[in-house]
Amino acid sequence: MISKMTNMCVYVLNQDSAFDFYTNKLGFKVKMDVPMGANARWLTVTPPEQPELEITLFPVAVGRMFSEETVKLMTELISKGTFGPGVFSCTDIYATYEELKSKGVEFVKPPTKEFYGTEALFKDDSGNWFSLYQQ
Amino acid sequence: MKRTIEQYPKVYLYKRVVQAKLFIDSHYAENIELNNIADEAYFSKFHFIRLFKNIYGKTPHQYLTAVRIEKAIQLLRAGQTVSEACYAVGFESLSSFGSLFKRTVGVTPSAFLEEQQKMKVQIMNTPLMFVPGCFAYQHGWSENSNFEIVP
Repeated sequence: MISKMTNMCVYVLNQDSAFDFYTNKLGFKVKMDVPMGANARWLTVTPPEQPELEITLFPVAVGRMFSEETVKLMTELISKGTFGPGVFSCTDIYATYEELKSKGVEFVKPPTKEFYGTEALFKDDSGNWFSLYQQ
Repeated sequence: MKRTIEQYPKVYLYKRVVQAKLFIDSHYAENIELNNIADEAYFSKFHFIRLFKNIYGKTPHQYLTAVRIEKAIQLLRAGQTVSEACYAVGFESLSSFGSLFKRTVGVTPSAFLEEQQKMKVQIMNTPLMFVPGCFAYQHGWSENSNFEIVP
């Protein structure tokens, strides 16, 4: 029986810039940063209060997993904001919004009261968008 | 009816408390006088602490300590010595740093440093121990590979 999700993957266009975005802007903690040859590293971060969920910041690069054509297609799709990998929750959405905005994070939607809670939408440095949510 | 950010309550209060938090984030290594932060935020000290705690779950002083410990963790991971880390993040005494670190992290700074160094050696020797098998497999990374990308 499956019990938990421990690791999920967000495809990013540049690992260095994603590292800066997720740690310095979102305030996530680095869990693993293991060099894997000259051009790759195994880079995982965790939300500040959820050390058991590792988010792997995986580079979209030509290799065994992605062909050149796939990389081109994925780069285009990610850049134009096709993918929304998840929802982050916070205790105070207005304070979080103000902080992230002042750090230059791009919001697609400001905090808005919906019937299910208050929600905002922001993009990471690659173009992946996330929901920021407060119940 | 939807309410957007422009209508959320007391937007100026949020902005000031967030600015105070960001001030701590960037000046944690200095001798921060929390009274000054409250002054800069145009609050009475009491009002400021209460608002800060409502938003962040910690008083400004508790938050400052947490930021310093977190930064010390990063410095120890990067290989700095315990005393280098202690003074670099703004603590003035090794003993108060040591006891606050232990209370937060669960081990002393020197034990933490030792753990990190052991782990670094392990990562160097057996990097695949730290990567889920599915990813290693898809990338053609095997025990004997040099992790070069294989098209």
